[in-house]
Amino acid sequence: MSGVSDNETYGFGVRSLVGGCWGFAASRDLTKDEVARVAKQAVAQARANRSALVRPVQLAPAPVVANGTWKSPIQIDPFDVAIEEKVALLLAANQAALGVKGARFVNSSMFFLREEKTFASTEGSSTFQVIYRTQPSMTVTAVGNGDFATRESNDIAPRGVGYEHVRDTKLLEMAPKWASDAVEKLSAKSVEVGRYDLVLHPSHLWLTIHESVAHPTELDRAMGYEANYAGTSFVAPPEKVLGTLRYGSELMNIRGDRTQPGSLSACGWDDEGVKPEEFDIIKKGVFVDYQTTREQALWLDWYYKKLGKPARSHGCSYAQTWAAVQFQRMPNVSLLPGDKDLGWDDLIAATDRGIAIIGDGSFSIDQQRYNAQFGGQVFYEIRGGKIAGMLKDVAYQMKTPEFWATLDMVGGPKSYHLGGAFGDAKGQPVQVNAISHGAPVTRFRNVNVINTGRTA
Amino acid sequence: MTIRSLFTTARYLSREECEAITTKALSFSHADETRVLVSSTNVSNTRFAVNQISTGGDAFDSVVTVISKFGKRSGSAATNQLDDAGLRAAVEMSQRVAKLSPEDPEGMPELEPQTYRAGVNWSDATASLDPATRADAVKRITEPAKAAGLVSTGFMEAITSAQAVANSKGLFAYNRSTASVLTTTVRTSDGTGSGWAGATHHDWTKVDPTALGARATDKARRSVNAVAVEPGRYTVVFEPTAVGNLVQFIGRALSARAADEGRSFFSLPGGKNKIGQKVVDDRVTIVSNPFEPNLASGPFSGDGLPTKPVVWIENGVLKNLDYDRYWAQKQQRAPTGAGGSIGMTGGMSSMDDLIRSTERGLLVTRFWYLRPVDQRTILYTGLTRDGTFLIENGKVTKPVKNMRFNDSPIFMLNNLEAMGAPVRVSASEGGEPGQAIAVPPIKVRDFSFTSLSDAI
Repeated sequence: MSGVSDNETYGFGVRSLVGGCWGFAASRDLTKDEVARVAKQAVAQARANRSALVRPVQLAPAPVVANGTWKSPIQIDPFDVAIEEKVALLLAANQAALGVKGARFVNSSMFFLREEKTFASTEGSSTFQVIYRTQPSMTVTAVGNGDFATRESNDIAPRGVGYEHVRDTKLLEMAPKWASDAVEKLSAKSVEVGRYDLVLHPSHLWLTIHESVAHPTELDRAMGYEANYAGTSFVAPPEKVLGTLRYGSELMNIRGDRTQPGSLSACGWDDEGVKPEEFDIIKKGVFVDYQTTREQALWLDWYYKKLGKPARSHGCSYAQTWAAVQFQRMPNVSLLPGDKDLGWDDLIAATDRGIAIIGDGSFSIDQQRYNAQFGGQVFYEIRGGKIAGMLKDVAYQMKTPEFWATLDMVGGPKSYHLGGAFGDAKGQPVQVNAISHGAPVTRFRNVNVINTGRTA
Repeated sequence: MTIRSLFTTARYLSREECEAITTKALSFSHADETRVLVSSTNVSNTRFAVNQISTGGDAFDSVVTVISKFGKRSGSAATNQLDDAGLRAAVEMSQRVAKLSPEDPEGMPELEPQTYRAGVNWSDATASLDPATRADAVKRITEPAKAAGLVSTGFMEAITSAQAVANSKGLFAYNRSTASVLTTTVRTSDGTGSGWAGATHHDWTKVDPTALGARATDKARRSVNAVAVEPGRYTVVFEPTAVGNLVQFIGRALSARAADEGRSFFSLPGGKNKIGQKVVDDRVTIVSNPFEPNLASGPFSGDGLPTKPVVWIENGVLKNLDYDRYWAQKQQRAPTGAGGSIGMTGGMSSMDDLIRSTERGLLVTRFWYLRPVDQRTILYTGLTRDGTFLIENGKVTKPVKNMRFNDSPIFMLNNLEAMGAPVRVSASEGGEPGQAIAVPPIKVRDFSFTSLSDAI
C-alpha cells in the first residue's frame, strides 16, 4: 500500500459584477472580517479590470431559487466504508493481476470525493448541494523480451455515485483480464498502416466525443475567449454555423445534460444558480446549439428569437473549487443510441476489414478541433465479420466533420455506456471539470490508421 | 505613503508562522514518526480576451499535510483549517489512516535534520504586483492590438508562496518563492492568422509585456494565408519554446526505478539501465540546477531532502537517473534530490544562422496538445501552433498550415544540426509558470510530421 490519504479543503469565493466587469477573490479563512475583506477585494478587482473594458457583461435572466437542495444519488457513502475493506480489495485485485504469467507491475487505486457546495447571490438565490464522485482504477504493466506494455482499466469509468460503483465494477474479477490483455499486447501483431473501418466501444468513443464534439461547441471558445490556451473552434462564427453546419451523418444525435443519473456533471443548479436543462447540440448530424452560461446566452439572442425561444443559460457554469472563478464548462455531452437493438457483436459481424477498439489511450487534437489522433487500450483486427487477433501500435488520425460523416452504425440503448473523466482542463489558470460522455457502440468507415511503434 | 490597501502585500505564511504550525501539529502527534508540510499560496491573475480584461482573481490558501507513521504503516491527511481544532483533526485522521493501512515494505524512516542552501526563487517585484499593475501590463498588449485591428487574448499570473516541512526528528525547512508568467495569442480579426509569445520568471522584471505583444502581433500578421505542405520528414528550426515543449519530457522519463524495472526508454535488459551510454548527440548536455536564477526551484523536496544541481546527460551520455530515497537505498546509491528544473546547454548559432543555413525546412514557434504515444521511446504526438513557417534557401518565405507530428525528443536530439544560446521559456501548455526550463533554439533533420491540420 503506497499511500492512503484524506484531504479536506474549505473556503469561499466571491464573484462581483461591477459596471459590466467581473472581479473575483477567495480565501480559506471564513471569518467575518475576512469575508468582508474578500468581498471588497472582489469589487476592487472588478474596478481595476474596468480600465480595459470594451463590451460590458450582461446576464440572461434566471429564476430565483430559494433554499434549493440537491444530493448525488448515492447508495453507499464511500466515507462510511472501512479503509480496511478498500485496502483489502485493492491488494486482492493486485494479487489477482499478478497471478497472470508475464504481468510484472500493478497499480490500483480508489478515489472518492464528497463536496458540499453552498451558493448564494444578491439576486436572492441560495442552494446547497452535496456531490459525490467515485473512481476505482488499475494499471497493469507486462515486461518481456526487452519490451513492455501497459493496460489501463479505463473501460471502468469514474462516476458521480457512491461506493456501490466500486462493487459494480468488480475489480477483483476484472484484474486477471486486464493483466492478460497487457501480456497479450507484448506479442500482438503490429498494425499495418492504412484505412480501416473502426468499431468503437463507448469506453473508447467517449473521449473522441469529448475532444471533437464537446469542446468545439463551447460558446466561449467559438467567440475567441479561450484563444490563448484551449483554443478557438471550427464551429464558428455562430451566425454561420447555427442550424446549418453539417457535423456528421444522420445517425449523429448529440445532447448536453446535467441530469443522467450517476453522471459526473449531474447537479441541481450550476455555479450561477441556474437549473440545467437537457438540450440538443447536434440533431441528425446538423449543429443546432452551443453550451452556454448566463453571460453567453445573450450573445445568441438573435438565434433564439428566430427559434421563438427566450435566450436562457443552459446551466454550464462551473468552478473547480471555492478558490476558482466560475466560467463555462461542458456538461455531460453524449451520443444518443439508435432505435435498432444492435450490440458490439452485431457491428463486428457486419464488418469485413476493420479494427475494434476498447478503452481510451493517447489523445491529441488541434486548437480548433479539426485534426485529432486517438489511441486506445486494446485493439482487435476484424476480418470477415470475426475477431482475428490482437493488434498493437494503433492510432487513428481524423478530421472532425469527415470522421463523423462516416458514422454508419450506432448500437441500441442496451449498448449505451457512460465513460468520463475527472480531469478535463480549460481556462487560465487551468481548472479541471468532471464530466461523463455516454455513447452506444458505433462504426466509422474508412478511417486513417497509423503505426506508432517507431524505434528510431 | 503607506495606506494599507487591499492588495499591498501578497499573503503567505512567514518562517515563524510555519514553524509555529508545524511545532503545534507535531505536539499533537503520538505516532512513531510524523512529518508536517505547510504550503501557503497567494495566486493572483488577470485574463484578457478580445482586447479586454475578461476576468481577474486573487485567491489565498494554506494547506497543512500531516504524514503519520507507526512502524511501516503510514497515512496522510491534509486540511486548510489551521486552528488547533483543524490541526488536531488532521493529525488524528492521518494516524487513524496509518493504523488501518497495511505495512508498506518500501516505507522509509524520516530524515534526520538537514542543512539547506538558501533558495534563490524569490522576487519582491513579483510579490508586490497588484490588479492595477497587472491591468497596466495587459494594456501594453491589448491597446496596440486594438489600434492595429487585431484581437489579443492572454493570461497573466503571479504566485507568491511559502513551503515548509518539519518532522518529529527535528528536521525543519522553509522557503518562500514567487513565480510570474504572461502569455498572449494575437489573432487577425478574420481569424486567418495567429501568433503567440510568452515568458515566465520568478522575477517579474524579466518579463516584457510590450515585447511579447509585438512578437505575437508580428507572427499573427505573417501567418495569414498559410499554405499546405506535404506531411513527412523535415529539417526543422525550433524556437526555444518548442524545444522546451519537447525536452521537458526527457526530464519526466528519468526515474531510475522505472529504468531498472524494464519499463522506460532508459532501461536495458536484465534489470540494467543506460547510465554511461550515449543517448543523444554529443553536443547535448541537460541539467537541473535549483540555485541557478534561470532554473531556480526550491532548496528541498517534500520529504525534506536537500536539492542540488544534477547533470542528467553530459555530452550526449546519460550520467544520472532520478533515485528516490527508497530506490537509492535498494540500489546502494545516494538519493538524487534534483529539484525539477530542466536546462539544456546550447551552441553558438543565432536564430538567423539556423535559418540562413537551411535550404528547405520549417520554423516552429510552439507545440500544442502534447500527449505520450509510446513510453518505450518517449514518443509524443502534438501539433504546431501560432506561427509555423516555411524556410527556403536560407529565408523564411511563407506561413504553412499547422501539422501533427509523431516523434521523440530523443530522436530529435540525435538528429541535431546546430544550436543557439539557451533562454528561459514558458513551455507549459496551460500558461501556468510550470517548471523552470531554459533551452536553446535548435535545428534538427528528419523530424516526422504525419498529418495536416486546418486549425489556425
